[in-house]
Amino acid sequence: MAKRKINWYKYASPANFYPLAGKMIPWFAIPAALLFVVGMYVGFFVAPTDFQQGDAYRIIFIHVPAAWMGMFLYVLMALYAGVGWAFNARLSSMMASSLSFTGAMFTFLSLVTGSLWGKPTWGTWWVWDARMTSTLILLFLYIGFISLQSAIDDPRRADRAGAVLALVGVINVPIIYFSVQWWNTLHQGATIRLLNKPTMAPPMLAAMLIMLAACWLYSIAVVLMRLRCIILEREQNAAWLTELAA
Amino acid sequence: MNWSRLFSQGGYAFYVWGSYGLALLAMGGEVIFLLRRKKSLTGTHRTGKQ
Repeated sequence: MAKRKINWYKYASPANFYPLAGKMIPWFAIPAALLFVVGMYVGFFVAPTDFQQGDAYRIIFIHVPAAWMGMFLYVLMALYAGVGWAFNARLSSMMASSLSFTGAMFTFLSLVTGSLWGKPTWGTWWVWDARMTSTLILLFLYIGFISLQSAIDDPRRADRAGAVLALVGVINVPIIYFSVQWWNTLHQGATIRLLNKPTMAPPMLAAMLIMLAACWLYSIAVVLMRLRCIILEREQNAAWLTELAA
Repeated sequence: MNWSRLFSQGGYAFYVWGSYGLALLAMGGEVIFLLRRKKSLTGTHRTGKQ
């Protein structure tokens, strides 16, 4: 097998990453769309009605993936922000900014779908339960990150300030994750654990995992789309962009 | 599951379809917003060159 040498540092520069990102987007967007269709099909036509909750439980297929994405994307955002800060890598900081919007969107979605699920099953739209409160804090951290960045004119200073906030806020993610174990909450415990067998019917689990995969691919596609916009906005005066537009 | 069962969701239609409707709105909105942002950026860039 011939060894191909890829110079990864090349793609740390926005100028080189911009066209690469453009080529990558359809490879994530199209499978995401297909998996959403498959996930919805399995979730609504294959998965049986729950014996306790009836059909209300079907909200799980979007609620749980949205909640997971909200947490995953936050950790990813903090990592990229931290790398951008520590190594002065501006593309990495731009990636963090790009991730923040999609992460906030998913966190918001997990809160509203949770509310729509709580009303028929718990009889309330909202309680100040540990998991829900910590997820609300996650949304505030995202909003804080976004507003902090937009309040500072110099992009590199905005990146550094955002990185501090993002890294400090990471502490909230394990709090959300373990909240159902640490506190006595109304929210149900984890259905899926790394080492235990999931306590869910196989088609239900399949639908949820397919939707999770779809959400991941969707996130990669939109984060790359936004990253391209951020690159265009920030490097407006760079010579390579003028060449590209020619 | 037949079509009327699918629509009614055993009486939970508002909650179930409300959730998926919001998800579609949020994700679809994000994509449309980004496509427009991209279009306006590349558009201004081309006109700005002259």
